[in-house]
Amino acid sequence: METDRLVSLLAADVTPVDPHAGARRFSWALLAGAIGATLLMLIFYGLRPDLREMLVTPLFWAKVAFPVALAAGSLPVTARLSRPGAIVRPAWAGIAVPVGVVWLAGLAVFWLAPSAQRAELLFGHTWRTCPLNIAFLSVPGFAAALWAVRGLAPTRLRLAGAAAGALASATGTVAYSLHCPEMGVPFWAVWYVIGMALPAVAGALLGPRYLRW
Amino acid sequence: MHSTETRLRALLISSMSGDAVAYHTFLSELTRHLRGYLRKRIPQLTDDVEDLVQEILLAVHNGRHTYRPEEPLTAWVHAIARYKLMDFFRARARRESLHDSIDDHLDIFCAPDDEPLAARRDIGKLLDQLPDKQRLPILHVKLEGLSVAETAQLTGLSESAVKVGVHRGLKALAARLRAVA
Repeated sequence: METDRLVSLLAADVTPVDPHAGARRFSWALLAGAIGATLLMLIFYGLRPDLREMLVTPLFWAKVAFPVALAAGSLPVTARLSRPGAIVRPAWAGIAVPVGVVWLAGLAVFWLAPSAQRAELLFGHTWRTCPLNIAFLSVPGFAAALWAVRGLAPTRLRLAGAAAGALASATGTVAYSLHCPEMGVPFWAVWYVIGMALPAVAGALLGPRYLRW
Repeated sequence: MHSTETRLRALLISSMSGDAVAYHTFLSELTRHLRGYLRKRIPQLTDDVEDLVQEILLAVHNGRHTYRPEEPLTAWVHAIARYKLMDFFRARARRESLHDSIDDHLDIFCAPDDEPLAARRDIGKLLDQLPDKQRLPILHVKLEGLSVAETAQLTGLSESAVKVGVHRGLKALAARLRAVA
């Protein structure tokens, strides 16, 4: 077929375009990720028994705020990486700032603590399982986020996959923080970040293959 | 070049609300620019230019819901063209093609080229391989110019199935184009 003919063929397909297609896809993906992670958390781990007390504990809210901020920060990064030519660079701050703040706070807490308590602050009781649990809770959101990106037009597939993974794992971590008993800031700074990095790495690996269009 | 951006953008914006004439003009002009852009990028691979032009046109069409009117069209088109070109390079794994820098997005509207070369892949043949549900709507609505209602009557599909068939068919066509690249 000659190019002229292809042009006519495409030009005849002018169904009006939904300018909010991206927003709609990401809303569904976030919803699916949040519901999926919460269900998995309730089925496999359960809410922490002292959750009621936690609701009036500022440190608990700081713990929830960390993944919430990361999810809010990775959403624009993922959305921009899904649109050809969109400028991504300023959006990275949305991921860097929450991680930086928690690292600084974690370092400060670790530094100021008496040396006898340091190991407890850093390793807690669940450091072996925490990152894998977070990665597990991220699975539904991971599939949903990749689906959302795939329906748009990513041109940097590795980065787009990583950002989708980060978005999913931040959502999964919000659900996990309702189970996780750890209250040491250094613990979050290390094990939460590792847990959230795993899906991001998986996204970077899968992106070039799965997001290609 | 600046006026090209303004004009093409206006055309694309009207076509996104359903103006078929504007869209035809947009795609025709875009074709010329893409051809010029690619001939400069892969001068030693002229045989592939027309194939890539077609692939990028389909990509632009299938991805047009990701264009935001407030953003520069040049950057959007360039990102798509560059992505398809990189994909092409990867597929060919031709090292010598990579020596030429393809980073300057301002180049994309610089050198229009009106003269089509023959495409090597025949989209018509790829079209024949699609399932009837997609092939027939494209054939009747797009190539023979029948209305959706007429096509629905002719094929026994519902009107919405005809529309969906065209839409999915064009996506499938893009996927097949990629597969045979």
